[in-house]
Amino acid sequence: MQINTIRQPYVSGFVNSGNILIPKIFTTLSLKDRFSGFMVRLGYRRMHYTVRQGLYAVGNPDSNSPVIVTANYKLTFDVVRKAVSGMNLWILVLNTHGVNVWCAAGKGTFGTGEIARMVKMTKLSTVVSHRNLILPQLGAPGVSAHRVKKLTDFSVIYGPVKISDLKKFIDNGNVADRSMRTVEFPLIERMKVAPLELVLGWKILIGVLILSLLNISSFIPLIGSVIAGIFLFPALLPYLPFRSFTLKGAILGLVWACFCSLFIATDIFTVLEFLLIIPPVVAYMAFNFTGSTTFTSPSGVRYEIKKYTWPFALWMSAGIIMYFVNVFRGLL
Amino acid sequence: MKYIDNVVSLCFDESKCTGCGMCAEVCPHNVFKVDRIAEIINKNNCIECGACAKNCPFQAIKVCSGVGCGYAMIKSKITGKEESCCC
Repeated sequence: MQINTIRQPYVSGFVNSGNILIPKIFTTLSLKDRFSGFMVRLGYRRMHYTVRQGLYAVGNPDSNSPVIVTANYKLTFDVVRKAVSGMNLWILVLNTHGVNVWCAAGKGTFGTGEIARMVKMTKLSTVVSHRNLILPQLGAPGVSAHRVKKLTDFSVIYGPVKISDLKKFIDNGNVADRSMRTVEFPLIERMKVAPLELVLGWKILIGVLILSLLNISSFIPLIGSVIAGIFLFPALLPYLPFRSFTLKGAILGLVWACFCSLFIATDIFTVLEFLLIIPPVVAYMAFNFTGSTTFTSPSGVRYEIKKYTWPFALWMSAGIIMYFVNVFRGLL
Repeated sequence: MKYIDNVVSLCFDESKCTGCGMCAEVCPHNVFKVDRIAEIINKNNCIECGACAKNCPFQAIKVCSGVGCGYAMIKSKITGKEESCCC
């Protein structure tokens, strides 16, 4: 008999299936779940936010109930269990080392081998009588459905992109329509991933703060460009001209630099400083946002690096030189 | 929203295709359309995630998939180490 000796806070009890006790989970999130989820989005212990791998029960599943597969990132797990509230099914949680389905699939940890390992480890074939696994569609980059079939005898059914469509998908006889298969990137999603850039961009922020200390008149323009890069850029993404993120960011930076030149600059030297330093800073942060989107390709990102690294590095260097020229002029 | 055109590394060998439809099923950006066999209809939408290639039982699709994270790519360029994503 298998039993987890330490009961996790998301476990409400146990379901007896044959000779195996399977933990049953809550489908409502506690205040603590919500708070720690919020902290994780801000980057706090983001790489250590995991749940235990294994099989879990939702509601009162039996041997005919569907099995869905997910990652062991707790933020993912929480979204999943909340969405399946009121349903009766099994959740197979893979060990993706606390990484979400999409990124883990890209790395292969949400993959064919891991599915085969977990199916065997949980003795899934004794718990359910059917031989189907419903996977999130975005797990597909890591999984070969035909190889899973060979290794485990289970057939992979790719479910909808979003867990919120799962009930409709199952009620539909495991059929997804085009909209369930397509990834969108609406404003709300863009803003959800925006704070992450702040976490990754803290070095830029500290650099900017140090620069502002030396020359206080640069404070608002520089802080403004960090805010523009982190929050305004994702919000305005579809409306900025050009396809490459570097150029989109440069345009946004230019607009902010022009604004600062009109309302903050005191002479031609500060105007020059703003025009030289702000656009490349925003462009760099914009470029980094390619990693958070749902529609950029690695080849495209490589193309941007090849084409824009040198021009923007020179632009930025000229800006930093101009900045120090102004600091020096302030001392005279 | 669209990204840069004509950069994607997606290759499709229609002589190997049987029209099973797995590529269209796993693609999150409607790159494929399957009638008798598969056809690439929106190549520029491809994000090179590699799901189609991995799930094609007949190896009819090739794509260089990788970490789509610019920060990781620049870092790997500077340090010479393998690209690893922040996520």
